[in-house]
Amino acid sequence: MTKEPSDTAPRGPFPPEEAMLAEPVPPELDAARTARLRAAWKAPTGWRYWSAVNNTEVGKWYSLTALFFMLCAGVMALIIRLQLAVPENELVSSDRFSQLFTLHGSAMMFLFAVPMFEAISILILPGMLGARDMPFPRLSAFGYWCFLIGGVFVIGSILFDAAPTSGWFMYPPLATQAEGPGSDIWLLGLSFIEVASIAAAVELIVGTLKCRPPGMRVNLMPLYAWYVMVVGGMILFAFPPLIAGDFLFELERSFDWPFFDPTRGGDPMLWQHLFWIFGHPEVYIIFLPSIAIAAMIIPTAARRPIVGYSWIVLSAVGTGFLSFGLWVHHMFTTGLPNISLGFFSAASEAVVIPTGVQLFAFLATLMAGRVKMSLPMLWIAGALAIFTTGGLTGLMLAIAPFDFQVHDTYFVVAHLHYTLFGGMIFPVMAGVYYFYPFIAKKLLSERLGRWAFWLIFTGFNVTFLPMHLTGLLGMPRRVYTYPTGLGWDGLNLVSSLAAFVIAAGFAVFVWDLVRPKGGQPLAPRNPWDAGTLEWTHDVPEETWGVRSIPHVTSRYPLWDDPALLARIDAGRYYLPDAETGRRETLITSVIDAEPMQIQRVTGPSWIPHVAAGFTGGAFIFPTFHLYWPAILCGICAVSAILWWLWRDTARPPAPEDEMRDAGLGLRLPTYAAGPSSAGWWAMWITMFGDATAFSSVIFGFFFYWTAQPDFPPPGAAHADGTGTALAALAFAAAWGLARAAQRLNRGGRREPARLALGAGAVAAAAGIGGLLLAVAPLSPSSHVYPAILCAIAVWIIAHAGLGIVMLLYCLAGSLAGKLTPRHDADLQNVMLFWHFLAASALVACAVLGLAPGLMTGGAP
Amino acid sequence: MTALACAALPWLAGCAGRQSALAPAGEDAAALHTLFIVMLAGAVVLFVLMNGLFFYLTRINPVALPLRHARLLMAVGGILFPTIVVGTLLVWGLSLLPDQRRPGDGLRLHVTGEQWWWRVEYQPADGGPPVVSPNEIRLPAGQRAELALTSSHVIHSLWIPALGGKMDMFPGRETVMSLRPTEPGSYRGQCAEFCGASHAWMAFEAVVMEPAAFEAWLAAEARDARAPATPEARRGADIFAREGCGACHAVRGTDAQGSLGPDLTHVGSRQSLGAGRLGTGLEDFATWIAHVDALKPEVEMPAYDHLSEPERRALAAYLKGLE
Repeated sequence: MTKEPSDTAPRGPFPPEEAMLAEPVPPELDAARTARLRAAWKAPTGWRYWSAVNNTEVGKWYSLTALFFMLCAGVMALIIRLQLAVPENELVSSDRFSQLFTLHGSAMMFLFAVPMFEAISILILPGMLGARDMPFPRLSAFGYWCFLIGGVFVIGSILFDAAPTSGWFMYPPLATQAEGPGSDIWLLGLSFIEVASIAAAVELIVGTLKCRPPGMRVNLMPLYAWYVMVVGGMILFAFPPLIAGDFLFELERSFDWPFFDPTRGGDPMLWQHLFWIFGHPEVYIIFLPSIAIAAMIIPTAARRPIVGYSWIVLSAVGTGFLSFGLWVHHMFTTGLPNISLGFFSAASEAVVIPTGVQLFAFLATLMAGRVKMSLPMLWIAGALAIFTTGGLTGLMLAIAPFDFQVHDTYFVVAHLHYTLFGGMIFPVMAGVYYFYPFIAKKLLSERLGRWAFWLIFTGFNVTFLPMHLTGLLGMPRRVYTYPTGLGWDGLNLVSSLAAFVIAAGFAVFVWDLVRPKGGQPLAPRNPWDAGTLEWTHDVPEETWGVRSIPHVTSRYPLWDDPALLARIDAGRYYLPDAETGRRETLITSVIDAEPMQIQRVTGPSWIPHVAAGFTGGAFIFPTFHLYWPAILCGICAVSAILWWLWRDTARPPAPEDEMRDAGLGLRLPTYAAGPSSAGWWAMWITMFGDATAFSSVIFGFFFYWTAQPDFPPPGAAHADGTGTALAALAFAAAWGLARAAQRLNRGGRREPARLALGAGAVAAAAGIGGLLLAVAPLSPSSHVYPAILCAIAVWIIAHAGLGIVMLLYCLAGSLAGKLTPRHDADLQNVMLFWHFLAASALVACAVLGLAPGLMTGGAP
Repeated sequence: MTALACAALPWLAGCAGRQSALAPAGEDAAALHTLFIVMLAGAVVLFVLMNGLFFYLTRINPVALPLRHARLLMAVGGILFPTIVVGTLLVWGLSLLPDQRRPGDGLRLHVTGEQWWWRVEYQPADGGPPVVSPNEIRLPAGQRAELALTSSHVIHSLWIPALGGKMDMFPGRETVMSLRPTEPGSYRGQCAEFCGASHAWMAFEAVVMEPAAFEAWLAAEARDARAPATPEARRGADIFAREGCGACHAVRGTDAQGSLGPDLTHVGSRQSLGAGRLGTGLEDFATWIAHVDALKPEVEMPAYDHLSEPERRALAAYLKGLE
């Protein structure tokens, strides 16, 4: 194995010396470079505008769409409040009411809170990191179009009276037995969006790891970037259990595999576990990005660096970890043993400490700074007041015995709205007022902003504070009406009236956001006197992100380096030019942010739309039990994605283009494979999510084994041993062949490498055959035991199918000259997939083949 | 404002209804009520401290204070203080747990959640056959009763706020809760886990009785139904038989032996109709029979709106007479 040829290693001085930075750029040279850069990053115009993939465009669409879905869910909330204004109201039917509260919760969670974090991050993260764009712009665009299609499908279902009715938590057996397509719309529509969310999370993590400006070591990152990494990581581990749950759930809905049906050995508790292993981290996935916004606003308001930077980072990471150990506090009344209740009570209370550290670090910053109040800070103040209330009721709820009383009552409704308004809505509003000039180059109205604040703040408290009492007086959640005489009437009426005050506040805010601002002067470049890189943005707008990518040596470069802005503008720093007319950004090393590569970034294209449309079809058709169109769409989606990858990713550069000037005397390679490339990291991170989903399915198997007395039922058929053994051998062989292909190719032996790739694909196909043989004796709708074995097999077969496609893609690449001994990024990434696939397949075969013997205490 | 309203809360509890956790009538609810009041007081103090500090630092005294003090604030406010508060709260709060979950020492009941009503079976102490009496839970005061819970279709949750916390009811699994009521009286309980279209109307009366009165009631409840006493009620019994009501409902001592719906043997002596949906006047019976589908969305019982007004009245008279 030879090492990377040294002629493609970065060459030149780094870090740059002050003398180099001080040298002026000749004006005519700068003008020519500026023109080329502007041309390369020009946004498409006319109807082609919608083919844009740039983070500023996609981020804008993304956040406006999430806002639109939030307003829809808000209107649903108003109808809910109207219905509950007086006892025994008949404004909406019980069924319609169920649709409304199910969609209100689902939309706020899946169509607003999480996508809004991703939208805002796509919009502002590259600016904070001095990057031109996200590392995979077309992936952002693909994610956005998936989100739009899926969101409209899910939320639109209520217009056809077909929305899901079982609550956003979809507990079986209620949700599995629900008639009509409602449950399927929830499962498939939201799974589709979850996949898009995971894609965005991967991109955000890679963006933070690999697209930082030179010199921005991890301990110099803006706190927002740290939170993006923590939250991205949480999405990666929290969403897959839900996707696994959705997978089992939909198999039960469509094919009657009885995972949650107690009459055939299933257990509704498995869904509750999988749902809340997702559901609790979800709360922090929503909360932490908002803390991140506060962490950007507060130092600016205090006019000093944040106090306790490393404490905050450790606390954010700590919150992320702890959040995965709390899920049972949503299940305190399910009859779990006292020891579990005690443990999860304590774990839930423990979250107070990292949360407290973050809040007190902010207070400490304000204490040590000279505070200048501004409109964003007013929203932060509101957030603190509301969030502390929600946090304090959270302290109460985490005590299991108290939860026995108020669980599933309006007390919890009040609590969760206090945490989400205080922990998400208010900080995000602060962020909108704060970052609006960065995004739109205009300021929002101070006067309207104060109106919106006081309307929303007052309306919110008058709506939700009484609900604590309503709950304690015994009103359960999710009741479409209630009898009079229980002390609930007046409280409900007050809540309903005040809900419209909140709505009025949002109306003022939305008007401020969308009102024409043509006559208004442009905002100052750095209106809040902030210290971080995003405020080096260009006013009026330029689409290149940053004129030249600076060398960064502090956490607040704008405060600490007075020459920075002028040098960025003069194109003194890195990548000041677009010689080839292509879009490019800088890839740096993960920890120290040393420049490693000039990465070509993809430009406008319609291919994300095509891929998203077909992916949508693959998810949406099964809702109506139209499986053949769904399969067809799936094939088209995979083909579109292959076409997209083939044409535009990892293409070997022309020999004279292998190394290029990055500015400041530095020459960098334009192609990278393996750990130095962004794609390799994206694959690695994605596979963690995938492995988590697979682990959740395997967890299901062991859950049934421990929780059910008749698992497997006496006399049950087991998986065929020969088929299982064949599958294990074949998958191991396929993995070995893929590995051999990679080494042979690297060593320049292209023919044997191609042979190994082809043979690997054949071996994987044999593995699929083996698995089919293994599950042939099982009838999955008879009992949960054969059902879970078949589900595991289906999972592996689907992944092996993808694995075959990937090997053949590499084979084709090798034949076409896209994959060469030196340019083997595709093969390295495929190999990563195969590491995970082989491990999963072997685990699956072990469960299929060995577990029956172990469980029944003898030979199967 | 938040703090002010919170402080007013215990005072407001005076207006609490029959389904209130703030008006405890049992040992478990009383312990949780005390826990709540103390936590509330603590929460108000913490809220004022935290937000007062923010207000002070941003509005009253927005100058730069020494960094040393700021770091101290972070360590004390972020770690030391919450650790003490949370530690204390956990020790006290969790110490209540064993009591809340203590096994019963008296009456045993078996409650099954149905769509949308409660099948209740009392297990007599002498080991005799269970006494069936749906949609009402009667408990003797001063004993810790043990309720074994399950469900027929979907997940429900049994909750009597005045007596104690709730417990979920699962199909295919049994959960157990225990309650020790202390104050005789009539309270309202309700299903707390969303269970479908008529979740809002899945309630019941929880009646706490003096032990002697309870024993007498249970003995009466175990007896067969009394025969209709008036001509109108006899006509009602005929209609009951003619319409096939007995296919779903049991009236012990008659041919009606159905078990899909609630047992009606002593429906006339219950305190509510349709699982807490209506009162128990003659009018209520007649309305229920004719409009059950409107009163309880998606209920399995069909509406008998084809019966004439006199027929409905006769049927109501018969049922009302089943005391």
